[in-house]
Amino acid sequence: MALTEDTETTDSGQADDGLVGDASRVTGIDNAVLRMSEAEVAALTQETTDEFGDSKMIINMGPSHPSTHGVLRLMLEMEGETVLRSKPIIGYLHTGMEKTGEQLTYLQGCTNVTRMDYAAPLFTELAFSLAVENLLEVEIPDRATWIRMMMCELNRMTSHLLFMATNGMDLGAVSMMIYGWREREEVLRFFEKVTGLRMNHNYIRPGGVAADLPDGWQEDVLGLCDLIEPRLEEYDILMTGQPIWRERLQGVGVINEAECLALGATGPLLRSAGSSWDLRRDMPYLAYDDVDFDVIIGTYGDSFDRYAIRLNEIRESIRIVRQCVANMPKGDYRVQNKKVTPPPRARIDESMEALIHHFKIFTEGFKVPEGETYAAVESPRGEVGVYLVSDGSSTPARMHVRAPSFVNLQTLPHLMHGGLLADAVAIISSVDPIMGEVDR
Amino acid sequence: MGLFAPEGEGKSLASHGFEGLEHNFVTGRLEDLVGWSRARSLWPATFGLACCAIEMMASGAAHYDMARYGMEVFRASPRQADLMIVAGRVSQKMAPVLRTIYDQMMEPKWVISMGVCASSGGMFNNYAIVQGVDQVVPVDVYAPGCPPGPETLLHAIFTLHDSIQNGDLLRRREANNGGAMIEVAQRDGQSAPVTIGRS
Amino acid sequence: MSDVATPDEELVEEETVEPEPELHGAPVTVVAGQNVLHATVETYPELLANLQAEAFGQVVDLCGVDYLLGGRSDVPASIETKRFEVVVNLLSHAKRERIRVRAQVAEGESIASIFDLYPGTEAMEREAFDMYGIDFHGHPDLCRILMPENWQGHPLRKDFEVGRIPVQFKAAPRQG
Repeated sequence: MALTEDTETTDSGQADDGLVGDASRVTGIDNAVLRMSEAEVAALTQETTDEFGDSKMIINMGPSHPSTHGVLRLMLEMEGETVLRSKPIIGYLHTGMEKTGEQLTYLQGCTNVTRMDYAAPLFTELAFSLAVENLLEVEIPDRATWIRMMMCELNRMTSHLLFMATNGMDLGAVSMMIYGWREREEVLRFFEKVTGLRMNHNYIRPGGVAADLPDGWQEDVLGLCDLIEPRLEEYDILMTGQPIWRERLQGVGVINEAECLALGATGPLLRSAGSSWDLRRDMPYLAYDDVDFDVIIGTYGDSFDRYAIRLNEIRESIRIVRQCVANMPKGDYRVQNKKVTPPPRARIDESMEALIHHFKIFTEGFKVPEGETYAAVESPRGEVGVYLVSDGSSTPARMHVRAPSFVNLQTLPHLMHGGLLADAVAIISSVDPIMGEVDR
Repeated sequence: MGLFAPEGEGKSLASHGFEGLEHNFVTGRLEDLVGWSRARSLWPATFGLACCAIEMMASGAAHYDMARYGMEVFRASPRQADLMIVAGRVSQKMAPVLRTIYDQMMEPKWVISMGVCASSGGMFNNYAIVQGVDQVVPVDVYAPGCPPGPETLLHAIFTLHDSIQNGDLLRRREANNGGAMIEVAQRDGQSAPVTIGRS
Repeated sequence: MSDVATPDEELVEEETVEPEPELHGAPVTVVAGQNVLHATVETYPELLANLQAEAFGQVVDLCGVDYLLGGRSDVPASIETKRFEVVVNLLSHAKRERIRVRAQVAEGESIASIFDLYPGTEAMEREAFDMYGIDFHGHPDLCRILMPENWQGHPLRKDFEVGRIPVQFKAAPRQG
């Protein structure tokens, strides 16, 4: 196992008994969450208060709002500019993807789950594929594993660049929006070369990946790494050391480790509070135990830590991608099991069997043995997991996606409590929710 | 005569310093002028819902740059916007909000339905998604794709510009008694095609 | 113990002789290499309190499943299967281990909310209620989360239609 010096080993700092901080702020019913229904809020506004009565006001932010990262609606109880209690109201992007998932075959399933977290689609595809492969009990070839790992790390880079772009724009550093997208375009061009699409790739499928890497991919990928690495220094100059940036983010939206664990938060949110939990290092999947990388941890649990963690995770992803280029094994890019993977196009013209397999796989779909499983990976937002129940047919009986943003959003009221309204924008941005996976 | 005579006494063009400048009036029709100015400074309202919003932001970013067409200011307030690009899937909960925002926009206003989910419900033919945003608002241009790349979105925008400018849009709207309902072709993937699998 | 099996004992093979495997006080099955504990509505709250004491500090996911159309055969015999299941996936950072709890809930029956143990389940339980109609007693604010507040029905139930409409061709005048 390739652990670096920085990685903490075993239990120190990870035992749930010795939690850092106290979770009492989030437990219990009387906390920062505004648990009122629409009818109750409407009734409240009808009440007349006397001149020296309550100066509290319940206002609505979203769902159509430039800074709520999609269709998030927040009900804020405010006193002046200070946010007291709040409640995120979601469901404005509910697509019924879990119901649709029960109608689609396992090969089509990735087209569905990929559209949940649309900033980092390959991770949800990967979690789904791993869950299906758990039930199928097939062994994925090494090359497929390494291709998946490399593409996922590239996707982590694009997702974090998107975070930095939107974070910058929300806080006023509008040029960061332009820079972030400039870098993203380069990586998206590579994705289009490999997968055929810029977004929502449907590339990682049960059994491996959809297509092999094209010729010349090493030069492309190393070119991307060489391009992006110095630009991260530009971002450091533009933002990290800048006094206004620090004023706006340091001390804003503070959460401690115990609260994060109690609320089920994972990803950079949890790591900013000091926990070193990263599924790639602690419960390795794919080939993450064969590559060297550091897990970035924050100290204060504030928005600045989350920004810094994501910036440095881009650097770590570049490091992993370089190792993937150097160590990419040769071999098949998908498992050679005729019942699972479609045959190559040319063979369909020659073999009747191949034609029949192709037909069966694409119309009826391959059957997965009965059982249930949960597979999780570390996406840029946290742990994305797929709970899959199969009844032995070619469509899932239940496909539930554990979306990290859905759970992380529960921290919002606690992060925003006592802060200003302008801090609310910074906090939402630092939690980096993607509403597609929140609402599914 | 007068000011426009190249030569002449006293109050000629030359004596006013306008030597060589013979025509300093541009004549045209008011409709053309109005159409041109409307088309060239459309301000979109932020209505990015899902994945298409990411591609819409990419169109506004440096590489594809909608600012060249006067459109990079995404107005948060619908009162200041002319164009609503419905980018993403519209759920049942969001449909009333969409209609409210549309109603709050001032005339003249246009709607581009970006992506297949907004145009027809896309791959989500189920209880949760409105099967086409034209069930809620009148649509002028439908841009296909899942998501449509910036090239397709720009093609849709240019189509809209052209039809605003030459008055075609208003004619189509009258004919359909609603939106102009122009469909554009998807323009992405202009680079070499990708072969899935290997032969 | 006699070392010669009598004819009677040979016939009664595995039913009474082998006890059900147990873990943390509940019947366990191992599915695809993962431990799954089975619970009923009565044993569920205590089981989760035990698990929290055993350093399973995070509930990663809580969801509902509808088995109206069948399709499961791995529930131990001592647990009576009901229509719905509440599935809780837990994670222990210290032990780097996952465990799953499946509780059987009948239609109309109410199961305890684990909000007091794990506040992070608030939104997850609301989603299970919204999608399946499973009631969690003790939840601070059990209302719909994904569907509009006045929606009728619970979408992920197997008897709720997908709502597919036939594809309509709108005959838009084409251009370019």
